[in-house]
Amino acid sequence: MDAIVANPSSATAAAHVMPGSGFKVSARDCNVYYGEKHALKSVSVDIPDRSVMAFIGPSGCGKSTFLRCINRMNDTIPICRVTGKITIDGQDVYDQSLDVVQLRARVGMVFQKPNPFPKSIYDNVAYGPRIHGFAQSRAELDQIVMTSLEKAGLLKEVKDRLTDSGTSLSGGQQQRLCIARAIAVSPEVILMDEPCSALDPIATARIEELIDELRSNYSIIIVTHSMQQAARVSQRTAFFHLGTLVEEGETGHIFTNPNDKRTQDYITGRIG
Amino acid sequence: MTDISMSQPSGSYTVNRKFDITSAEAQGRIRSRYRAEARFKSYGLLALGITSVFVVILLADVFVRGLPAFWQHRLVLDVPVAADAFGAPGSVDAAAIRGGDYYPVTKAALAKAIPGIESRSAERQLNRLLSTGAPDILRETLVADPSLIGKTVKVPLLLSDDADLYFKGAGSKIVSRVPRGIATPSGVTGEVTVLTASNDFADELATIKRALSVRAGGVEREAGRLQRSPDKANQARAVELLEVAKALRARAEQPRGEEPLDADIPSVLVEINGGLVKATKLSDSAITGEVLLPLKSADEAKPANWKIVTYVTPEANRKVNDQEAAFLERLRSLGVVESGFNWRFFTSGDSREPELAGIRGALVGTALTLLVTLALCLPLGVGAAVYLEEFAPKNRLTDLVEVNINNLAAVPSIVFGLLGLAVFLNFFGLPRSAPLVGGLVLALLVLPTIIIASRAALRSVPPSIKEAALGVGASHQQAIFHHVLPLAMPGIMTGTIIGMAHALGETAPLLMIGMIAFIVDVPQSFVESATVMPVQIYLWSDLPEQAFQAKTAAAIIVLLGFLFVMNGLAIWLRKRFERRW
Repeated sequence: MDAIVANPSSATAAAHVMPGSGFKVSARDCNVYYGEKHALKSVSVDIPDRSVMAFIGPSGCGKSTFLRCINRMNDTIPICRVTGKITIDGQDVYDQSLDVVQLRARVGMVFQKPNPFPKSIYDNVAYGPRIHGFAQSRAELDQIVMTSLEKAGLLKEVKDRLTDSGTSLSGGQQQRLCIARAIAVSPEVILMDEPCSALDPIATARIEELIDELRSNYSIIIVTHSMQQAARVSQRTAFFHLGTLVEEGETGHIFTNPNDKRTQDYITGRIG
Repeated sequence: MTDISMSQPSGSYTVNRKFDITSAEAQGRIRSRYRAEARFKSYGLLALGITSVFVVILLADVFVRGLPAFWQHRLVLDVPVAADAFGAPGSVDAAAIRGGDYYPVTKAALAKAIPGIESRSAERQLNRLLSTGAPDILRETLVADPSLIGKTVKVPLLLSDDADLYFKGAGSKIVSRVPRGIATPSGVTGEVTVLTASNDFADELATIKRALSVRAGGVEREAGRLQRSPDKANQARAVELLEVAKALRARAEQPRGEEPLDADIPSVLVEINGGLVKATKLSDSAITGEVLLPLKSADEAKPANWKIVTYVTPEANRKVNDQEAAFLERLRSLGVVESGFNWRFFTSGDSREPELAGIRGALVGTALTLLVTLALCLPLGVGAAVYLEEFAPKNRLTDLVEVNINNLAAVPSIVFGLLGLAVFLNFFGLPRSAPLVGGLVLALLVLPTIIIASRAALRSVPPSIKEAALGVGASHQQAIFHHVLPLAMPGIMTGTIIGMAHALGETAPLLMIGMIAFIVDVPQSFVESATVMPVQIYLWSDLPEQAFQAKTAAAIIVLLGFLFVMNGLAIWLRKRFERRW
């Protein structure tokens, strides 16, 4: 399967195709309106399991908006309206019967700015498992916290000071703590909204390594402004422009031989 | 072409555009900017200085006035308790001791301390020096140990407010002088004449004449002022005053002879043979007067054994007359006057007698009222703020609610009092003057403040925290109650305590619901009659007794103390709960 959606017209054409198996997340004809503003126009895309998908595009192109549709984070904005269909494993996330809390447990999120809770490192990671009742005992909870920190590559640095405040860590450590917090509730998909934009190059490199490791267990969608980052960490890349999904395909293909002129202009720095 | 202007010879053009920091104008601009900054800073310092001066003046005034009220004078006397003072010996129980008449007992104690008072009026004045609450400690002592009945008990007896003020310096300046000659009194009690061999009273006479002359001058000035008035009655009064002044002048200028004394000029007294004589007539070599404290004998007194005493403040300008002052001075010289901390001020309720009045009733009333206010305001205010800020849909109705809450914060407090009167008292029939109703009314007053402060605190929590919680699958409510509200708590606490401090000082709405009554008992429940501190201060400030002035200031000190404690608590809570993110 190559790029399914190349431009809005072909997206409409593809709308009747049912989300295929083998894809973790599928969107069909997804539109987002902020009040009168049509922020996302008829986006259809399929995101495979156990791989990294990067969304690139200039600021205000709708990539973060689309990302936040997948775990219904846009629900918190009163004027936001979403149409179309987004499915995870074939299940519609905007289905009335689906509980948004359960959805967000399945779809974890890491934000642009590291936002640990002003609580201890332990409590930061344990919060999710606690509210979802994952652990029957303290030992089990400890196990979840340790495993999550281990997976996020943070355990070595913080294991002696788990009771320190999460906000006392450095920026990169805070962001890895946020990743640990997200994977503590064992999600299937992890959404990352420019996770490295507030970090220095060394911390960025650590996060990128981590993303590469996490790829074997999770479906990861990352929004990034750095095309090098997209090229480094992702297997597939989607380019958004002015609210439309312009082109999607294998990362190598997008960066070397894009089909669309706009994609080419963007990656060569002519628009942005 | 449009770029003709651009292609002009551009020498001056570029110079103007460049920022030349060495030019005179630029230097001038910099100087004027520095001047403006310095000016602004000095305004700030000036304002700060003026404010601090006023605060210091205010506090100093309150403390200087109020601190004496925390001390109280007592007479530590040997009180002989007659065996049959509370009924036949052997059949005395606690109730009889409690209900007994202590007037004879304290009277006997005073008579023992200052013996020989025969005149009924003097005796009455002596007994009036004690407060009506004087036997309280004696009563408690006797109830605790009935075996003391029939013995002599040494207990402190509380002085009346005027006597207390006398010892606190509200009496008169007293000048005493040792004369040269030998004095001979004509008797030991009643009206006596004291003769001296060597014109010993000449100085006093001269002082009195000077006082008369000064008084005449005062009267003349008053007459002159009235004369200029167009009013006929005033002019007639001026003529009368001029007559008075003339008479005073005549008395002042008469060189020798007996001078009658009155209450408007300083009092001259003679201390002789262990007694005290107050002069009513004064001449160079003799005084005629009444005995205030009985003399031991009518023997001649050598110069070292008698003294001439002058109470400089005229009797008419004092609360304590010469007789009382004589008693108090005698008690002081006996060493039985003791000053102690006024615990009663904190342990008893209001009273018509200043020396018995305490702040306890108002303190408890305030605490109960604020408790009701807090219990209502905190959950309602925080709940309303959380709902409006986080859950309420944004529509016309919630806009209306919001505007109304903001306006309610600016409604004059007496309006809330009227509302309380109409709704809580008249419609719901709740008890008048009760802390419950006071608390309800103050809750109405404070609610908008708390809601506004809480909303501001909730809004100041970074949205990323809420997003983080939502991102790991917390529900909206969990995100708010687990993360946003705890972070907003310091702000909410501060707002609440500021609101409570506001309620603490509120008087007007409580007047409307009857919390201004004179209430002696310390309230025991939320529905008993009570008063609160600011109302108590208001009530005391209105009373004519001089001692209540000090009580008013003392109550203000207590109120300020209460306020400082509350604000301290606010700061402590802030520090305790403050978290950084």
